[in-house]
Amino acid sequence: MSHKVAAPGLFDAAIIKRAAVDALKKLDPRRLARNPVIFVTEVVSAVVTAFFLRDLLAQNGAAFFSGQIAAWLWFTVLFANFAEAVAEGRGRAQADALRKTRSDTQARRLIDPENKSGMKEVYEGVSALDLKPGDVVLVEPGDLIPSDGEVIEGVASVNESAITGESAPVIREAGGDRSAVTGGTTVLSDWIKVKITAAPGSTFIDRMIALVEGAQRQKTPNELALSILLSGLTIIFLIVCVTLWPLAVYSGATLSITVLIALLVCLIPTTIGGLLSAIGIAGMDRLIRFNVIATSGRAVEAAGDVDTLLLDKTGTITFGNRMADEFVPVQGVSEQAFVEAALLASLADETPEGRSIVALAKSVVGFTTPKLGPEAQIVPFSAHTRISGVDLPGRTLRKGAVDAIAAHAQSVPVDFERAVERISRAGGTPLAVSENGRLLGVIHLKDIIKPDIKSRFAALRAMGIKTVMVTGDNPITAAAIAGEAGVDDFIAQAKPEDKLAYIRKEQQGGRLIAMCGDGTNDAPALAQADVGVAMQTGTQAAREAGNMVDLDSDPTKLIEIVAIGKQLLMTRGSLTTFSIANDVAKYFAIIPALFVVAYPELEAMNVMKLASPQSAILSAVIFNALIIIALIPLALKGVAYRPVGAAALLRRNLLIFGLGGVVAPFIGIKLIDLAVSAMHLA
Amino acid sequence: MTAIGLAQIAIVLIAVIVAAAPLGGYISRVLNGERSLLTPALAPVERAFYRCAGVDPAQEQSWLAYTMAMLAFSLVGFLSLFALQRLQGVLPLNPQGFGGVPADLAFNTSISFVTNTNWQNYSGETTMSHLTQMLGLTVHNFLSAATGLAMAFALARGFARAESPTVGNFWVDLTRATLYVLLPISIVVALVLVALGVPQTLQGSIEASTLESAKQVLSIGPVASQEAIKELGTNGGGFFNANSAHPFESPSALSNMLEIWALLVIPFATAFAFGRSVVDFRQGRAIAIAMLIVLVAGVLVAYWAEASGNPLLTDIGVDSSPGNMEGKEVRFGVATSALFAASTTGTSCGAVNAMHDSFMPLGGLIPLFNMLMGSIAPGGVGAGLYGFLLLAIIAVFVAGLMVGRTPEYLGKKIEAREMKLAMLAVLIYPLSVLCFTGASVMLKTGLDSLNNAGPHGLSEILYAFASATDNNGSAFAGLTGNTLWYNTTLGVAMLLGRFAFVIPVLAIAGSFAAKKKVAASVGTFPTHGPLFIGLLLGVIIILYLLQYFPALALGPIVEHFLMLAGKTF
Repeated sequence: MSHKVAAPGLFDAAIIKRAAVDALKKLDPRRLARNPVIFVTEVVSAVVTAFFLRDLLAQNGAAFFSGQIAAWLWFTVLFANFAEAVAEGRGRAQADALRKTRSDTQARRLIDPENKSGMKEVYEGVSALDLKPGDVVLVEPGDLIPSDGEVIEGVASVNESAITGESAPVIREAGGDRSAVTGGTTVLSDWIKVKITAAPGSTFIDRMIALVEGAQRQKTPNELALSILLSGLTIIFLIVCVTLWPLAVYSGATLSITVLIALLVCLIPTTIGGLLSAIGIAGMDRLIRFNVIATSGRAVEAAGDVDTLLLDKTGTITFGNRMADEFVPVQGVSEQAFVEAALLASLADETPEGRSIVALAKSVVGFTTPKLGPEAQIVPFSAHTRISGVDLPGRTLRKGAVDAIAAHAQSVPVDFERAVERISRAGGTPLAVSENGRLLGVIHLKDIIKPDIKSRFAALRAMGIKTVMVTGDNPITAAAIAGEAGVDDFIAQAKPEDKLAYIRKEQQGGRLIAMCGDGTNDAPALAQADVGVAMQTGTQAAREAGNMVDLDSDPTKLIEIVAIGKQLLMTRGSLTTFSIANDVAKYFAIIPALFVVAYPELEAMNVMKLASPQSAILSAVIFNALIIIALIPLALKGVAYRPVGAAALLRRNLLIFGLGGVVAPFIGIKLIDLAVSAMHLA
Repeated sequence: MTAIGLAQIAIVLIAVIVAAAPLGGYISRVLNGERSLLTPALAPVERAFYRCAGVDPAQEQSWLAYTMAMLAFSLVGFLSLFALQRLQGVLPLNPQGFGGVPADLAFNTSISFVTNTNWQNYSGETTMSHLTQMLGLTVHNFLSAATGLAMAFALARGFARAESPTVGNFWVDLTRATLYVLLPISIVVALVLVALGVPQTLQGSIEASTLESAKQVLSIGPVASQEAIKELGTNGGGFFNANSAHPFESPSALSNMLEIWALLVIPFATAFAFGRSVVDFRQGRAIAIAMLIVLVAGVLVAYWAEASGNPLLTDIGVDSSPGNMEGKEVRFGVATSALFAASTTGTSCGAVNAMHDSFMPLGGLIPLFNMLMGSIAPGGVGAGLYGFLLLAIIAVFVAGLMVGRTPEYLGKKIEAREMKLAMLAVLIYPLSVLCFTGASVMLKTGLDSLNNAGPHGLSEILYAFASATDNNGSAFAGLTGNTLWYNTTLGVAMLLGRFAFVIPVLAIAGSFAAKKKVAASVGTFPTHGPLFIGLLLGVIIILYLLQYFPALALGPIVEHFLMLAGKTF
């Protein structure tokens, strides 16, 4: 099962320290311009600062107030920068570790890969950074593999812990599905010749570093759409605040630019504007902690939209092997006798199937393990006869494929045939057992569904995601397993092109598909799928075709990937709702404060009973800044996703973030106002 | 508030909904080119039109071509109407011998009628010749409404289609909307109005004997026919200056209720027509219900405010039981006046049966806020639906994220391009309303037109620009609009409100039409149930409250508190 890398504490001291410095660096307007809401906040902060300086020089008594407003506006910008810096910091530790493996290794490059001369191969030492795609290098025990590539000759055990965190070595060999090697991993034994496939700077590790650091982070499509919404709202509130000035003049109120700017910053969606990029980075980070590398943020978003999951049966839905599930003796043979014969015939069988027969015999029927004496003659399984067994004095016990055993049997009872047929229809594999040429019965071997998989599929169904099992089994077997596992559909006797065709068909119907695969023949389907998760153990072709790589090579992770994608989008939506809903209370704080001098009757709208107009405005601005800090943990952790229907999810989030967003600032601003007036700040 | 009053309101609204559902089916059938009840009678006429105009009805247009056709048509309408007004002095059918309409007023009036606003900075009977009235204004009463319906259907097709490069043919939509929808219903409603006592004659005036046996000359004319399209096309330009408060435009409580019905029925029907067009009746129903809730909430607040009467008058011993009757017709009463006010501003009609200027501050807040929301409950003919759908797109965008999917509405993914266009459209309203209002209160020429000082004066200016931007055309009254400043700025506001708003909407239509339709699943959040309706209402209230709260606070809201404190203006 997937192992989750422990996340550093939300407020790890080292990360905080570095993030605080980064927050200051990020004040550079050229960098902030990427984020329109916070950019506007920075510009108006500078304006208010100028007014503060003027007030200070003019000594008109307003400096204490405008100074505080200026300070809190700058804090608003800094808190937003800080949120982004914290999110980036959490990935940086991982990036630093990865970077070490990329250090300047020496590679031994084959001078004449095609060996036209036919002479002995000659190598030259080059820096790993100078390797180009197509170069062939020799890697020997203890060497770091210099770059990504394909094994073209040899076989070696490779330690890939630098990437996967898994210390057990894996085998890499030429040809087949285990030919891909990753730069930065170490050859432990034997040697391989690797044909380089990655250009310098774009190796798997390079990409991973860039991803975890969020350095070349581009706005994802949905993030872009949301930014447009936020920019639009910012422009609307700019219009509202700018036009409020003439309306106030008409109404006989004099507004300072400082308070109008305070109102503007309170209204524009600074909360979500400040947290937006942190949410995106944190989403990517969550995926990385699940040991999944996405090649783009776009893929993570697409994961949230997935409608159909294509899952390989073996290893995902079932354990890899078939296991004994039932003993069916023929008429006239006692269960006791049949099970004993089956047990004896399997004792020496070290295959998983054989072991499962022994285990079932012990657990279900209650046999203790008998020891085979030295007189026992073991007949090992041969692919030719498809039979194995044991010869004891006077007993010739055989077990194997039904037709193979039946061919040697004296007679085939009717109930034997019926049992075989029943088992086949149920999707199982019947295994016949005979003693001295007499058929004793059938062992029902079946695919064992992983214990928790059915509930996970139910959860997926509740999310609205259809699961499709892909298997090489015949349709009858496939149907039986599909029914038992609770998948919605299956592709039986699947060939790679069937997968591709299925994906195309689903996409034609307007659905988004996720799948995972590892073989080269999976590559087209991986490329076609909207979310293609390649296994780290898979071929280079598969890894190139997919848009995610699972370092644990655990196909069930698709389910977590979908949840992470959904969580990312949900967090954005929820905080946007919260941010906008907050404005209601801010109006009730600021509008009476602005106009109560011109119209004392507007005091009736001061529902929070804030101490003074200045305190009301200051409290709203402080709340607006502090809420960013308060929500950083939520932005990084993400809003909890539950596998319930969309309507229930929406109702819940609307209640918490919509209604909560309306109510929370009323309380927050009131409390800050109490503190502000107690400290005589306004 | 009385049981009778509430019952009157309920009866009208129930009659609207009962008629709107089947009418919506009919409209959808007509505009989607299916066979309908009137096809046998009207199809030859329709074909004749196309032949004359050289239009191939089977030739569909991309959104851009559709938009250009609409703009070209509107531009020709504007120029011809402008020329007609300027030249009416030398043209026939001008018995009163009116001279040409001044340029700024002609500019304002032309835009006003082409944009379905019918803002009138003039008195028809003393400014416009018969030819201008008949060939210019009345024709546009039909065409501007038909244009609105056409654009709404272009958007509906965007949702209904998948991977289509076209959104329909503007000329066909325009012809069908006029010929099959507006004309027949107008004829029926006009006949019923005649039966209820509304004059329909070519005679110019009649002489009446008053109770004191004095002679009085009353002008009459073809009132009923104008009245019908005034309401049905959500135009609002009345035959008489007093509009639907005039006894010849609306002689009785019954005719009053019929007129409210007429101005609400097509906009509600359009919502149902949308549902049928996207092959999901429930989608249209959800929109209609959301519209109805906004409308009813407004009606009830206005009714409550008006029925409570003026506390200052109550204090000096005036009987408060009939409510605030200032500026209202005795034969209509407070309840249906409140209903009329909310309906005429909830649609982009703008006809009035009472003086909105004389409403209580909170009663007047309702028509004002209705228009600030863009008249979307249920909105003008066509304009209401596309305005509402735009808000639905924004609501779905945020809500869709909250269920963890890329937001989609009716199977169409809402992405950066659609969001950009939606925000462009949404920006137009505050830009026009707030900037023009802000400029007007800073300029002497703007303030000179005011009748009232203080917050009430601000409300008058805000109301005028809301009404113009929104293509509503109702006037708060109290503001003298026929000045160079207001003729020009209100004209620009009407242009922005119609075209700057609808061009992005049509672009969205094109963008949606070209998209694939995403299959719905349990993970897609349903847009037909109470949750969606609640969400829509929340987004609408919050979005618009946030935009206009400061302006409203300085207008009707502070006026309310001042009134409670005994200060009036």
